[in-house]
Amino acid sequence: MRLAILGAGDVGRSVADLAGEYGHEVVALADSTNAVIDDDGIDVEGALQRKRSGEPVGVDDPDDVFEGEYDVLVEATPTTLGDAEPGFSHVERALEADRHVVLANKGPVAERYDELRALEDESAGSIRFEATVGGAIPVLSTIEDETPQAVTAVRGVLNGTANFILTRMAAEGLDYDHVLAEAQDLGVAEADPTFDVDGTDAALKFVILANVLSDGGFALEDADVEGIQNIPGSALNLAAEDGRTIRLIGEATREGVRVAPRLVPQNGPLAVTGTRNIVQIETRHAGSLHSSGRGAGGPETATAVLSDVSRLADR
Amino acid sequence: MGDEPTPPGDLGTETDGGVRTYTVRLELVDEPGELLAALEPIAENGGNLMSIHHERGNITPRGHIPVEVDLGCPPDRFDDIVAALRENGINVIQAGAERYGEEISVVLVGHLIETDLSDTLLAIENETSAAVLDLSLSAPQGTGDTSSARVRLAIDSGRSEAVFETIRSVSEEKDLTVVEPLLGGDA
Repeated sequence: MRLAILGAGDVGRSVADLAGEYGHEVVALADSTNAVIDDDGIDVEGALQRKRSGEPVGVDDPDDVFEGEYDVLVEATPTTLGDAEPGFSHVERALEADRHVVLANKGPVAERYDELRALEDESAGSIRFEATVGGAIPVLSTIEDETPQAVTAVRGVLNGTANFILTRMAAEGLDYDHVLAEAQDLGVAEADPTFDVDGTDAALKFVILANVLSDGGFALEDADVEGIQNIPGSALNLAAEDGRTIRLIGEATREGVRVAPRLVPQNGPLAVTGTRNIVQIETRHAGSLHSSGRGAGGPETATAVLSDVSRLADR
Repeated sequence: MGDEPTPPGDLGTETDGGVRTYTVRLELVDEPGELLAALEPIAENGGNLMSIHHERGNITPRGHIPVEVDLGCPPDRFDDIVAALRENGINVIQAGAERYGEEISVVLVGHLIETDLSDTLLAIENETSAAVLDLSLSAPQGTGDTSSARVRLAIDSGRSEAVFETIRSVSEEKDLTVVEPLLGGDA
């Protein structure tokens, strides 16, 4: 497949870098200001080199990406809330041109799912978005294989930063502020970690899951969200006395979405440590399935994007 | 934890080897040897006695002494234990349609002391017919600052959602953060 990649952050760059290995060709790579476009395939290494050294990724206009010869648009621009722009319009333009779209950007799928599906119905192209939930972990494809009707709930840990902070607090008996500063030093937490620690990032992922289970109807404002900022080290110590620990757990069902710090058994499957993510898919006929792995990172998320691309190619 | 699906409404705490924690409420006649007679059938049937809450000050409407026993056993042994208790003439109190209640733990965070922790617990007990089994408090910065409490409650089976709702509303009034257990699935 010929890929046009919008967004040249960790994920977009990794998709460009790994596409060849998965048998696909990159015909465009764009960030918010510049693009490199070539219908015969761009020089990926050259573009990544320029990006690394702070030069423009190319000399083309990002808007011209939509005029190029591509099969799949990879939407990997930063997640935005509310109207989910400009990501939503990118998807809209590609679908209107009957192209496929693979999203790594959570915004459009969490905030405007019903509109996306309506656009898809009018298009010869399809949308896929495995990379928006759980990075490298195959979550949506597992639900697709089980069929969404047979899945009753999805629970789990889908924010590595919050999980890292809670893990360190429990292990070292330290307080939230101390561990957050450490996580920022290590590059695990961003300079502004608000969306990770207040539960928004996890909530977006569980809203997407609820949309998949219910075939739409949910946005972030429908989720009941609590973060970990109020959890002191002493709460984790008390939980440990009872063989439990505290994790930022999300739950998506057809009834709704909830993200909150919850008590879970210390040695249970959901008490993953560090930045690891886990999902528990509760099914009607097959009990609970657990998948755990890296929920973020450029190459990790790129593998999810490229597996979506391969599924589109197999149709 | 294991591959066993959790039956709906059966929310005992699962630990290694499929052993679960159950709370049994008994009524004992205030006579010597009664407590021992109540405890023997538990051990004899493969139950592991975990704690006994002997409310000597309380008297049930029938004039007996209520006792709560926490025990661990594999789920298939539990019925035998309850049957053995009854054979020994022990009155096993029914909780709703069930013979036994559930146990839940929550952690409360906030200005617990300043907002009158005992009033908080009483409100939870009174509004939900829950019983506080034990309480562990941690106030590393002193009682004037944020502190945490872990509260273990015995509740009637199937009532957990109502109990959580009460805990949430009581906590909201006092600006406390509630960390609820994850009960769904085999977490």
